[in-house]
Amino acid sequence: MLLGIPPQALFGQLLIGLINGSFYAMLSLGLSVIFGLLNIINFTHGAQYMMGAFAAYFLLQWAGLGYGWALLLAPVAVGLLGIGLERTMLKRLAHLDHLYGLLLTFGMALVVQGLFRNEFGSSGLPYAIPGPLTGGHDLGFMFLPNYRAWVVVFSLTVCLGTWFVIERTKLGSYLRAATENPALVQAFGINVPRMVTLTYGFGVALAAAAGVLAAPIYQVNPLMGADLIIVVFAVVVIGGMGSILGSIVTGFGLGVIEGLTKVFYPEASNTVIFVIMAVVLLIKPAGLFGRTQ
Amino acid sequence: MIKAFLGALAALALATGPAAAQISDGVIKIGVLNDQSGTYADLAGPGSVVAARMAVEDFGAAKKGMKVEILVADHQNKPDVGSQIARQWFDVDKVDVIVDVPTSSVVLAVNQIAREKNKALLVSTGATSDLTGKACSPNAIHWTYDTWALANGTGSAIVKTGGDTWFFLTADYAFGHALERDTEAVVVKNGGKVLGKVRHPFPTADFSSFLLQAQASKAKIIGLANAGADTTNAIKQGAEFGIVKGGQQFAGLLVFLTDVNALGLDKAQGLLLTEAFYWDLNDQTRSWSKRFAERHHQAMPTMAQAGVYSSVLHYLKAVEALKSDDGPKVIAKMKEMPTDDPVFGKGSIRPDGRKIHPMYLFEVKKPSESKGPWDYYKVRATIPADQAFRPMDQGDCPMVKK
Repeated sequence: MLLGIPPQALFGQLLIGLINGSFYAMLSLGLSVIFGLLNIINFTHGAQYMMGAFAAYFLLQWAGLGYGWALLLAPVAVGLLGIGLERTMLKRLAHLDHLYGLLLTFGMALVVQGLFRNEFGSSGLPYAIPGPLTGGHDLGFMFLPNYRAWVVVFSLTVCLGTWFVIERTKLGSYLRAATENPALVQAFGINVPRMVTLTYGFGVALAAAAGVLAAPIYQVNPLMGADLIIVVFAVVVIGGMGSILGSIVTGFGLGVIEGLTKVFYPEASNTVIFVIMAVVLLIKPAGLFGRTQ
Repeated sequence: MIKAFLGALAALALATGPAAAQISDGVIKIGVLNDQSGTYADLAGPGSVVAARMAVEDFGAAKKGMKVEILVADHQNKPDVGSQIARQWFDVDKVDVIVDVPTSSVVLAVNQIAREKNKALLVSTGATSDLTGKACSPNAIHWTYDTWALANGTGSAIVKTGGDTWFFLTADYAFGHALERDTEAVVVKNGGKVLGKVRHPFPTADFSSFLLQAQASKAKIIGLANAGADTTNAIKQGAEFGIVKGGQQFAGLLVFLTDVNALGLDKAQGLLLTEAFYWDLNDQTRSWSKRFAERHHQAMPTMAQAGVYSSVLHYLKAVEALKSDDGPKVIAKMKEMPTDDPVFGKGSIRPDGRKIHPMYLFEVKKPSESKGPWDYYKVRATIPADQAFRPMDQGDCPMVKK
């Protein structure tokens, strides 16, 4: 017994925490990438996550395309919508204070969620787990559904891939340079506005991919992103705004902490992340992995 | 989250004759206070507004020269928001009666305010049985169902068929606590045992951690003392974690028709649940529900919405008979008059404020048994009105002489 709980049970809960952390990591990564380059606090992220899940639902219902296709096409489609948003609206706010971008994206999120809720109601639509990923394995200490294992693998791959591209490749170095000093990078002949647009599209696509991952687990629900996004923002703040590695590590880490809270004091599992956020802000205002500017 | 306060929607009927002498401001104002946009919006929400409008029309308010107005607001499932709206409605907007009010924590707060302001409250969706117990009030009637009736219907049916060990997943607020308490009492009374419980925040999207704890308890029955999206998410994720395959069963203690619709029959089949109303019970319910669906994008009504219709209709009858819209007087008149409407048939209201009618134990159909959209339930048992609700002397309602 460990803290009054059998070690096997604890092990299961750690794994569950990691699975939930996958969603936090993927979403906060997208937010970080966007904030890093565009300086935009993307409050539509939750709505874009929801749109990813709905895109998967539409593909299945209207085009007969299953989960695999959805995982490929939904992020592209929602990413393109994101690019449209960046080109037509966000671009105009680039030189203004953070607050303008926040207000615009928050407003867009409310509008999009309202439209979806009006059309599809609030109780959500069912989306089945894809055939090859149904079932699960008995690990001895817990029953691990195959689909949840897939979620962790997919999310880890995407997160580490993104980290690698940004931190270890030439393209990534352009991105980082443009974050520091866009005017200078543009002077070297690199098309910074296009890079900014594509980065936003990529960040949005990450949110949509997380939405597709979530569709079989939760109901495809117009409000699925609304509550989640607040937690994810806390994750980003704890990790450090704009820090790629920070958002990945804190995403998974906070998933685990939240999971453990659900065992020891379930009543507090919705608030624990915000408590941590408050503590981190007091001790290290730039976040665990953030740089003070 | 900032959500729109919907405010006044429509003036439904214009006075043709002279205004009745005792109606305050010459207009009867009915406020539908519920969750218009969140997790409980489909089971009550805008559908309850449709139901209230239908009641005003079916009553024939316009023809009778009574001016009735319906207001709508979104309480977002938050007691503070709900209280503030209720105060404003009673004080500023001169609302005479608040109806529907899902979310037990909100309805308990509004119940206090209605009493304080001497207005009327007709609860359809709010579930806590405390409304006719400790918190009973001469200003309120609890209309459709309550946690005791749910526990009595579903809980006892399950224990009697062998489900004698339970683990509760309970929404951590007044409603979940009341439902867990009432169900636990039924389980224990019928010789069952409660092996454990966990209280999850409201609302919760991911139940995996709680399901794991339920699995580890080895209880035969996992009782879901929650509602709406919490219930559907728990059942959906339970399938993923092999709960049912592992020999455990879910007991959805409060499941609405819209939840079954959201889950799909594939996942919901075989669930036992207790409700006061189903659209396909008899000719009257069918024709009323058809009219409702035509006005509510083809969705069949839930028992919560049916209850709003029934309660508003009876309220207007009482106001007409009394020629006054004074809160406690109308409530007293409503208790005096027998109820009769297409959704619940004939019924009555007890002195403690409990409206009584039969409850039904339903089983969710298999996909192969369902003939079309919304054809989801078959009746397993009818619980007669006099047995469906908690006996008056057991509720500790101060208004009831022992």
